[in-house]
Amino acid sequence: MRQFALSLALIFTAGWSCAFEAEDVASFGPSDSKQVLRILSTADIDFFKPMILSFLASRPETAIDYTVASSTELQKAIVEEGQAFDVVVSSAMDLQTKLANDGLAQRYKSEATGSLPEWAVWNDMLFAFTQEPAAIVVSKTGFKDIPLPNSRNDLINLLRQHPEIFRSRVGTYDVRQSGLGYLFATQDTRASEIYWRLMEVMGGLDAQLYCCSSDMIDAVKSGDLLIAYNVLGSYAINREDREDFHIILPTDFTTVMLRTAMIPSNAPSAELSGEFIDHLLDMSHGLDAVPLTSAELDLSRVEPSLNRIKIGPGLLVFLDQLKRRSFLLEWESAILQN
Amino acid sequence: MSKPAAHGSIRRRLLLSLLAGAAVLAFVVYFVVQTVARQVAQESQDNVLAASAQSILDGARLSGGEVNVDLPYSALSMLDSISDERVFYAIHLEHEFLSGYADLPAPEGDPSGAPAFLSAEFLGEDVRIASVRRRVSTGAGRSYLKVSVAQTLSGQKLVLSRISRISITIGAGFFLISVFMAGIISGSAIRPLDRLTASVSRRGPKDLRPVAAPVPTEMVPLVASLNSFMRRLQQSLLRSEDFIAEAAHRVRTPLAIVRTKAEVIQRVSDDPETRKALKEMIHAIDDSSRTAGQLLDHAMVTFRLDHLVLEEINLLHLVHDTVERLRPTSELKDITMQAFGEQDSVIKGDPILVQNALHNLLDNAVKYSPAGSQIDVVLALNQNEAEVCVKDTGPGFPADELDSLPKRFVRGKNAEAVVGSGLGLTIAKEVITAHGGTLKISNNPGGGACVSLLFPLP
Amino acid sequence: MRFLLIEDNKQLAEAVVDRLILDGHVVDHAPDIQTAHDFTATTSYELILLDVMLPDGDGRTFLAQHRKQEESTPVIVLTARSQVADRVGLLDLGADDYMVKPIDFSELEARCRAVLRRRGGVAQNLLPLGDLRFDSLSGTLKFPDHDVQLRTRELRLFEVFANAPGQVFSKSILVDRLFSYDDDVTENAIEVYVGRLRRHLKNSTVKITTIRGLGYKLEPE
Repeated sequence: MRQFALSLALIFTAGWSCAFEAEDVASFGPSDSKQVLRILSTADIDFFKPMILSFLASRPETAIDYTVASSTELQKAIVEEGQAFDVVVSSAMDLQTKLANDGLAQRYKSEATGSLPEWAVWNDMLFAFTQEPAAIVVSKTGFKDIPLPNSRNDLINLLRQHPEIFRSRVGTYDVRQSGLGYLFATQDTRASEIYWRLMEVMGGLDAQLYCCSSDMIDAVKSGDLLIAYNVLGSYAINREDREDFHIILPTDFTTVMLRTAMIPSNAPSAELSGEFIDHLLDMSHGLDAVPLTSAELDLSRVEPSLNRIKIGPGLLVFLDQLKRRSFLLEWESAILQN
Repeated sequence: MSKPAAHGSIRRRLLLSLLAGAAVLAFVVYFVVQTVARQVAQESQDNVLAASAQSILDGARLSGGEVNVDLPYSALSMLDSISDERVFYAIHLEHEFLSGYADLPAPEGDPSGAPAFLSAEFLGEDVRIASVRRRVSTGAGRSYLKVSVAQTLSGQKLVLSRISRISITIGAGFFLISVFMAGIISGSAIRPLDRLTASVSRRGPKDLRPVAAPVPTEMVPLVASLNSFMRRLQQSLLRSEDFIAEAAHRVRTPLAIVRTKAEVIQRVSDDPETRKALKEMIHAIDDSSRTAGQLLDHAMVTFRLDHLVLEEINLLHLVHDTVERLRPTSELKDITMQAFGEQDSVIKGDPILVQNALHNLLDNAVKYSPAGSQIDVVLALNQNEAEVCVKDTGPGFPADELDSLPKRFVRGKNAEAVVGSGLGLTIAKEVITAHGGTLKISNNPGGGACVSLLFPLP
Repeated sequence: MRFLLIEDNKQLAEAVVDRLILDGHVVDHAPDIQTAHDFTATTSYELILLDVMLPDGDGRTFLAQHRKQEESTPVIVLTARSQVADRVGLLDLGADDYMVKPIDFSELEARCRAVLRRRGGVAQNLLPLGDLRFDSLSGTLKFPDHDVQLRTRELRLFEVFANAPGQVFSKSILVDRLFSYDDDVTENAIEVYVGRLRRHLKNSTVKITTIRGLGYKLEPE
């Protein structure tokens, strides 16, 4: 017990000796620019590129270095190595919250942040600029004769009614590997006990576990899976082959992840960071908003059932090592029945 | 009369004292409200923190000799419910760190389980920390579990700034009401003084009756002193008048005896030497009696000028009276006196003083005019003044003395043979000046002097 | 003329009486108001000279009572007080005139004449001299066919001669009688006035003759 606690504490406080691992790096704007904005992000370059280009359009003198890293590596870069970035963008709300809570973000106020809805800003440190729902992705070919489930209850009933069809053909995140999967799972449990029932049913059908949304969608497309639960809806809708599968936002409740940006406390050009944040928020919340996620995924249609994950210290609860351990034990016992 | 030197003001002093008191009270109110409200705010924050820590502690279970803490979601989310706050926590089993923020400072928990609180700085911000502890039995024996929860103070600061604003508003409101009240109070406190001042200053210069109107107790000594002062002043004024009259009597009666006896002897004496000596003696007596008379007149004029009472005076009437009064004297020298003037020339002044001034001018004119000459007194009305001009056909004034003449005891160079003290012009000038007018001295183009009294018309 | 002098100062009263007698007047002296009332009750006077300060009361008191009894005798007040203080009050109370002590007797004479002239009620006191009658009050020489109005100095000079016809007056005495004590005149001035009188008396039996080395005298016939 003591050993375990210490090692977890080390993860939070101490660090690895090696530098963090970047997945991708890109530069925009003039290469000899003196004004460089350094962004560290978990989002793919392609996903974020429109935002960067529109920002640079009115600033010919400015350049942007864009670094992509996993949320774990991002954490490592900021917490342990104290790398100097001007903006940190991440979909890992809990980890972002912890960064901010631990004083690694600086406060920023402007007209744009002031007009944000309350759920989109925390402590003037974290600013949400996307709303990305967890969806159920269903194979079109596999569901020709079967009615589509609109809620988790529908899904449970469906699975129970047709165990033979769905055995080994349902999938979800391996929450032990995926931070986002863990976030969705923990938030589902906060919303309803039905998650546990669903996990038990899925566990009984020998559910497949995945590291990431794209793998799950690929599996649905290839026919390995008929149903993938808690897929990041924005990924699904942004895929070119989105006509090959159904994207269902459960009507009982749809958990929504908010992608957030923050200015690290050691940002070298904090002023430029502020301008970028303003631009980011204008583009995503303003009247002429051009959201990064496709407009086809119209959340306002399901507004009453939206379960936006609340940015705030509540998210720290599930990062607690003791809490996480007990959650994972419970989750394993539900889904790993064989 | 000179204005008394003012040193301070009762109204202002009263007002300032009241305002100072109000300001002190307003500050006290401000601080009391502030302190109490801060305490309440602090307590409510502490209660939330303690509840949060307690809910974590309640979620702790012993399983197989090990401590299992199931952090309730609400334990931390509740701290963020009203305002965005950074939240920290730490769970210790005795001194062994279990979870949360290892470096979070924590108050020494009370063994009885009551929450303990601490204000400290953590990760760059001020935080309030609550700690609760509970006895547990582990495999290693009896120990205790301690949960600390901390919260930044942005919500608290918002509350406090609102409290400050409210306290300031209450304090300022209290002060404003006090200012208003102080104004009313100081005004009403000073009113009897104002009334007394008004009633005293409404009086005429000769009205020295005691103040009889009721006054507040505090002012009774002042009014008593004032009354006693006025009584003494009245006595002293009466004495002054009596004194001047008595002095005149004392001086003049013996002069009258000597002069009359001298005249009798001079009439009956055959010896030219004796007659010549007696004539010179009578001349000297006339000189000194005239001087004494003018000195006493001057004293009386000065006295009356200090207590000038203004009445309406018909100038023409006064001019005629004065001319008639002096006519027998002028006739002795075969001097013809005539008075001309316009009717309806009414001025404001003390008739006795004005008549005395004119009398002095006419007396001078008679004295300095040669026998058989003529004196005209002309009353003319100009646009805003009345002019009484005494014209004679005497020698006139030396041009270089026109300015210095009305000064006391200055007599014209060419008048040495005539009995007179030179005070006449001085008296006239003082009287006319006190009436807001001027004395004009000039020589007539055709010879002789012209002395004018110019009175402002009311 | 008959005077009543009301004056408490004995020395002054004596001197004034002596002086008035020199001019041929008859004077009674009362030292207080009570005595004065006794005198006025029994004797009729042409003029009253009243001092203001008296042992048994203010001169004003006498004036008030005097006027109440409708006595018409004119009153000239003699005052030692300041002119400024007393004048109006006295005149209001019915005094005809006032003089401030010490008394210049030529002025007193002039004022008496003025007062009496103003009153006009006194019987004309005409002094017959040769072919004319002299009215000293109005200063007129009344000839059978015409009157001559004398100017003041002519009148006073004529009065000196008329009061003692035949008596010789030296020039220096006449100067003393005629001019006030502050007039610095030579004896030649007398010749001017004598000359004027002689012109007035040109066709009269009354003559002013020159006594060489001694002076002048009036001869009625």
